[in-house]
Amino acid sequence: MMSGTIANVRPPAAQLDGAKRRQVLRQYRRSQRRDSLRALALVAPLCVFLAVMFGWPLATMLTRAVSNDDFGAVLHRTSASLAEWDGTGTPSERVYADFAADLRQARDEQTMGQVTSALNFEWTGARSLLMRTVRQLSSEPENGWKEKLIETAPDWGNPDLWILIKRLAQPYTSRHFLAALDLEQAADGSIQGVGPEKAIYVTLFWRTLWVSAAVAGLCLVLGYPLATLLARLPLKTSNLLMMLVLLPFWTSLLVRTTSWMVLLQDNGVINSMLVWLGLVSDGNRLSLIFNVTGTLIAMTHVLLPFMILPLYSVMKSIPPSYVRAALSLGASPVTAFWQVYLPQTIPGVLAGTLMVFVLAVGYYITPALVGGQSGQLISNIIAYHMQQSLNWGLAGALGSLLLVGVLLVYWLFNRLTGGQGLRMG
Amino acid sequence: MKRYLTSTAIVLAALSAPVLAQDSITVVGWGGAYTESQRQAFYLPFTEATGIAVNSVDYNGGLGQIKAQVDSGNVTWDVVVGEKALAEIGCFDNILEQLDASTLPDAPDGTPAADDFIDGTISDCGIGSVIWSTSIAYDQRAFPDGGPQTINDFFDLEKFPGKRGLRKSADVNLEWALLADGVPVDQVYELLETEEGINRAFAKLDTIKDSVVWWEAGSQPPQLLADREVVMTSAYSSRIFNAINDENQPFTIVWDGQVWDRDVWMIPKGTSKLEAARQFVNFTSETEQQAAITNVSSYGPVRQSAIALIGKHEKTGVDMKDFVPTAHLENAIESDSEFWATYREELFARFNAWLAL
Repeated sequence: MMSGTIANVRPPAAQLDGAKRRQVLRQYRRSQRRDSLRALALVAPLCVFLAVMFGWPLATMLTRAVSNDDFGAVLHRTSASLAEWDGTGTPSERVYADFAADLRQARDEQTMGQVTSALNFEWTGARSLLMRTVRQLSSEPENGWKEKLIETAPDWGNPDLWILIKRLAQPYTSRHFLAALDLEQAADGSIQGVGPEKAIYVTLFWRTLWVSAAVAGLCLVLGYPLATLLARLPLKTSNLLMMLVLLPFWTSLLVRTTSWMVLLQDNGVINSMLVWLGLVSDGNRLSLIFNVTGTLIAMTHVLLPFMILPLYSVMKSIPPSYVRAALSLGASPVTAFWQVYLPQTIPGVLAGTLMVFVLAVGYYITPALVGGQSGQLISNIIAYHMQQSLNWGLAGALGSLLLVGVLLVYWLFNRLTGGQGLRMG
Repeated sequence: MKRYLTSTAIVLAALSAPVLAQDSITVVGWGGAYTESQRQAFYLPFTEATGIAVNSVDYNGGLGQIKAQVDSGNVTWDVVVGEKALAEIGCFDNILEQLDASTLPDAPDGTPAADDFIDGTISDCGIGSVIWSTSIAYDQRAFPDGGPQTINDFFDLEKFPGKRGLRKSADVNLEWALLADGVPVDQVYELLETEEGINRAFAKLDTIKDSVVWWEAGSQPPQLLADREVVMTSAYSSRIFNAINDENQPFTIVWDGQVWDRDVWMIPKGTSKLEAARQFVNFTSETEQQAAITNVSSYGPVRQSAIALIGKHEKTGVDMKDFVPTAHLENAIESDSEFWATYREELFARFNAWLAL
């Protein structure tokens, strides 16, 4: 908007002759350039910060999702000789000998970790298989490596394992993205679904989507009347009420979540009150926590301010005289609300809904604490793969899919609002 | 003048901070009562003996944070305590320092450490710290006519109704499921290596799934019991010991089917305080320190020579020998670290899928 203002102020060139005019224009452009450079310099720290703290980690995660890391580099001899293998029967003696040489080098250079962790996610027991094999490498075999390795562990005679190694030796892989969609590549190269006992991610993605949508909906239902009230009350009262919205907002997320645990648990405040009032019997206390209900309640509460604040700022900018005018022209209060007030608050509704939805999609601590088993979201399993299973490739793929999902929602939102995008009032 | 002093103090503090940091190590443990007992038995005496301060950090297990530090070249943890299986995985994946068992202190009577340490407590990258166990604990208030006695009772919703706590983790739960399904202790791991055994374990877990409250941090089970959120729970036995003896909680430990394991010290690869970290590990391995941790917390010592030094609980006077996991080995499962190092990924993936749906 700044540049628009400057561009509209045209230099008084009409009264000047050619040379003078060009000089003035040059000066004008120079000063404009200086301005834009100054503006750039002002935002440069932010850009650098974003690139280092946001762009770079994001790019790292995305590459992890498709890269096979150093698997092929560590097993460089094996991957070269495996390239000539057609994938039927066991590979030739040369592959086994190269594999033994690669493993020995990896052991000496302490790069085994990169081989084991990748192989272990795909082949059960690969770690102990490699541990056992590495111990056998010190002496040269009598009848060749092929016989010796298969003797050490029959797995080495399984063509599927060698197909897997050949696949992992490629620099890039689709296996993490396939796994993130509950799919896998069979030994013959076809793509198939994983067994029902292992399928989990698609369900979690859908759950995350509907929980986030539900939380956004609940926040809207609860936040809209409150924001309307706040915008209409005299400043003194509304400031006081605003504090009641902001105080929890400023309180630590953990404190708020754990207080919900105190309130919602079986012997918590709410259940005890209901039993005392006689609304539920002592034996049938409501299960309000450690399930998806708990996640919904706690997340709605935690995210409510993100709905109220944009709504409030939009509503505050709507002159009360509009509704008064509608009423004085004969509209019923309901009509005045539907036709005059509500349409003007739409930008706030959309901004609040989008913000709550996007925040909810990535929510992690609250579902982890109050979600039990049915209230876990995709972010919890991403955290699990980052911290516990160490399958960072899969975590990266799941994260990327989540990011794509959020971008899609944002794009849809932009289309629906006719390109207005986020407006905070 | 006052302002001048304050700013001088700040500058001095800033200057001296790196110097102080040289004389401290960061030791990572499981938090709660466990860390508190380590502080009393290990950290404080170590600082007193060497002048090296111990900076205590809590975690919930797993190698993730160690791997992240080693991979990024910014290792801030110097010593970490965790299950033996983790030390084996981390060792082979090359994110842990090799530890030299030959430098461990001898027993007071001169027995070499290698002979004095209990079987399986010394490995390439892990030196035994304590022996701990996961067992069942129940709330006496919930069962006035007598509580559960066995693992079978834990899975018996009719005889013992109410919610149960279990750790959100495949290990222990799968072993117990098979045990409760009638599999003898010595066949549990053998069966878990087969598809049939795994299906059987999950089918058994299915029978109580709707009544389970899942916990993650070791401090949660005693809290769940105290809040009456569960009537019985799996728990680290020493945490329950603390709740009973230090906080007077009406809980009972059921030793039947307990799964005992060794916690070992690990040193993340590339720590800048390797010498101090090794010194710390050697210090805690001394017989005296090993007896000390048992005396405050009921964790089992990892060396035989410490058993003679186990005494009575300071506050309640109960004989600590009775609460050490290794005193209840009848129908107990020794956690098989090799099994878990091999099948961890597969079984945890399956467990997570089973849990989330």
